[in-house]
Amino acid sequence: MTTGHDTAAASPAKEGGAAPGRPSGGGPTEQEQRRRKRQSRRWQRDVRWSPYAFVSPFFLLFLAFGLFPLIYTGWASLHQVELTAPTDMDWVGLRNYTRIFDDEFFWNAAENTLTIGIISTVPQLLMAMGIAHILNYKLRASTFYRVAMLAPYATSIAAASLLFVLLFGRDYGMINWALGAVGIDNIDWQNDKWASQIAVSTIVIWRWTGYNALIYLAAMQAIPQDLYESAALDGASRWQQFFHVTLPSLRPTILFTVVVSTIGASQLFGEPLLFDANKGASGGSQHQFQTLGLYLYEQGWVNQHLGRASAIAWTMFLILIVIGIVNYVISRRLRASS
Amino acid sequence: MRARTRIRRKAVVLAAVASLGAGLLAGCADDGNDDNSSSTEGGGGKTKITLGLFGTAGFEESGLYKEYEKLHPDIDIQQTVVERNENYYPALLNHLTTNSGLQDIQMVEVGNIAEIVQTQSDKLLDLSKYGKESDYLEWKWQQATTEDGQTVGVGTDIGPMAICYRTDMFKAAGLPTDREEVGKLWAGSWDKFVDVGKQYQDKAPKGTTFLDSPGGLLQAILSGEKDRFYDSSGEVIYKTNPAVKDAFDLTAEAAEAGLIGNQTQFQPAWDTTIANSKFAAMSCPPWMLGYIKGKSKPEAAGKWDIAQAPKSGNWGGSFLTVPKSGKNAEEAAKLAAWLTAPEQQAKLFGVQGSFPSTPAAYESTEVTGAKNDMTGDAPIGTIFAEAAANIPVQSIGPKDQIIQQGLTDNGVVLVTQGKSAKEAWDNAVKTIDNALDQ
Repeated sequence: MTTGHDTAAASPAKEGGAAPGRPSGGGPTEQEQRRRKRQSRRWQRDVRWSPYAFVSPFFLLFLAFGLFPLIYTGWASLHQVELTAPTDMDWVGLRNYTRIFDDEFFWNAAENTLTIGIISTVPQLLMAMGIAHILNYKLRASTFYRVAMLAPYATSIAAASLLFVLLFGRDYGMINWALGAVGIDNIDWQNDKWASQIAVSTIVIWRWTGYNALIYLAAMQAIPQDLYESAALDGASRWQQFFHVTLPSLRPTILFTVVVSTIGASQLFGEPLLFDANKGASGGSQHQFQTLGLYLYEQGWVNQHLGRASAIAWTMFLILIVIGIVNYVISRRLRASS
Repeated sequence: MRARTRIRRKAVVLAAVASLGAGLLAGCADDGNDDNSSSTEGGGGKTKITLGLFGTAGFEESGLYKEYEKLHPDIDIQQTVVERNENYYPALLNHLTTNSGLQDIQMVEVGNIAEIVQTQSDKLLDLSKYGKESDYLEWKWQQATTEDGQTVGVGTDIGPMAICYRTDMFKAAGLPTDREEVGKLWAGSWDKFVDVGKQYQDKAPKGTTFLDSPGGLLQAILSGEKDRFYDSSGEVIYKTNPAVKDAFDLTAEAAEAGLIGNQTQFQPAWDTTIANSKFAAMSCPPWMLGYIKGKSKPEAAGKWDIAQAPKSGNWGGSFLTVPKSGKNAEEAAKLAAWLTAPEQQAKLFGVQGSFPSTPAAYESTEVTGAKNDMTGDAPIGTIFAEAAANIPVQSIGPKDQIIQQGLTDNGVVLVTQGKSAKEAWDNAVKTIDNALDQ
């Protein structure tokens, strides 16, 4: 992009140096010519380098808070380092990585991340689609509904999680009280494996459904009305219109939300951390809802093993890259088929 | 003209880049010095001393800062408080190792003091010149002293543990209610304590259990053991130490017999069981009384009493440390010593219920005359002082907190959820070993 901008902007400068449109009689003096040349050089340097200056703030920040930590984490992951003395590093080579293979806590966390990811993402996107479809009709006070949809997204994770912990309480929670009213026994939302994962997913779903619904809604409103009209003329029912007009037009948007939700799910941290604040980063008494992010935090900040935590961080990073590649391949296939 | 606007524009761009860059560098810079320079000068040229605390230390609430500022008009004291030690301690370690962001005085919990003593003592001031060793309980002083005799922390409070029990519920279950008689029921042995629990459970008011939570019982038994998770040479022995296994098994047995509420301490649901009077007894260091008071309904006032535990132990308590890097380290050390001197600790107990680590305070009227709304006329100061006299000198280690939490939250609590004692123990050991493995 910079080069394109560069050549485009540089050409008038050269013309400026040649000074068209000036009376050619007499011509500029030698001094004037030199001044113009100097100016033109400066102008060229300006257009050549100032774009870099404009983008530099982001890259400087990225360097300091993105790339450097990334590389330093990689370096630390090859050592035995403790939080009590982060500068004392003992070289252990790839041991922190190889031990991950038989670290049952890591694989337990990976499995939980996957299952919580699925339990939270799939219903969330389906519900978002339904809500967007309803909001797409002409409704009274539609702006109100749209703002209301976004309210959970604007709530802090901590506040939402603490509230849900109370709702999901085993002995005194409102959800068990309601279930009890229809004859279902108390569910131990924190200690039972699937119940706890569903509860954590509920917080995620509550928070992100509205956000995704708004994205779908925006995309739905961009679908030309004539498509629906012609479909209606062909005798398509509402459902058929939804499946054959709306869904295909939303394909890139759906892909986007799937990618974003997948990334979000793989980094899930705040909700499970606060879901049982006492057991903190261990994610329940049997680690039943400990996600990878939580395990990383536990190793680094509770158990104080920075080297092990760094190796987990890098492994997560590599897993994310693999997921990204799979996403890319699928999206290319989809695009090619459409 | 055009040239000038260009130059001006370039200047603006450069200035913007420069200021952004400078901001960035400033963000990365070591802020330790900034902190210190800002803490040299408080309002009106006073020396400002800052304290980093967690939980409810209560220095400010009991007016000790004001008193010190009156005694030393050139000192201005300020504190920052983090609610939970789990959040406070990792940040403190991080600040100590990078030597930045530290307050002039930093509080350290007893569960972490061994780690601080073993790994951070070179960053901390030797307080033995400021505090008077003979003022403090010997074991408390030793806990914050390195092998080469440097004392990096002065003790604030301790947690001599007794048993708080509900007189009304004991009466309903046909047990004695007088604190001497109750203490005699289980004196000397936790097995007897569990037996009393079984007696209680036989005639218990409906829906109640003898104890609040498995974690509370396990903590109580272990806190009275001389060797617990580490032996005196600093080796981790929790797995092979029969005292730990016995404590675990006894707790599991009590849980299986249904004597213990299936709760985790300090969770909201546990708070509710206090409010709803769902259990008859709990292990009870002095600070627990304040907690009970905070969570109880008013009608529970005066229905509690305190008896001696089968064996005395210590649960909780803290230290004040002074990082060397602070510009006011010397003033801060004086303040730390003053805050933990017997007179001040006695005052703190009167207001806050933090039990003094200085035996001289036990004779003061603040301690001997202390009462708590929940326990009516019980002379709590005298009861806890008696417990304090019998606390064994315990070997502590850097990872005590992690091991204790593993045994409780990843261990005995599972028994109340229907797992066997063996499954619970295995799960705890697996978790702890993974946590200890560097």
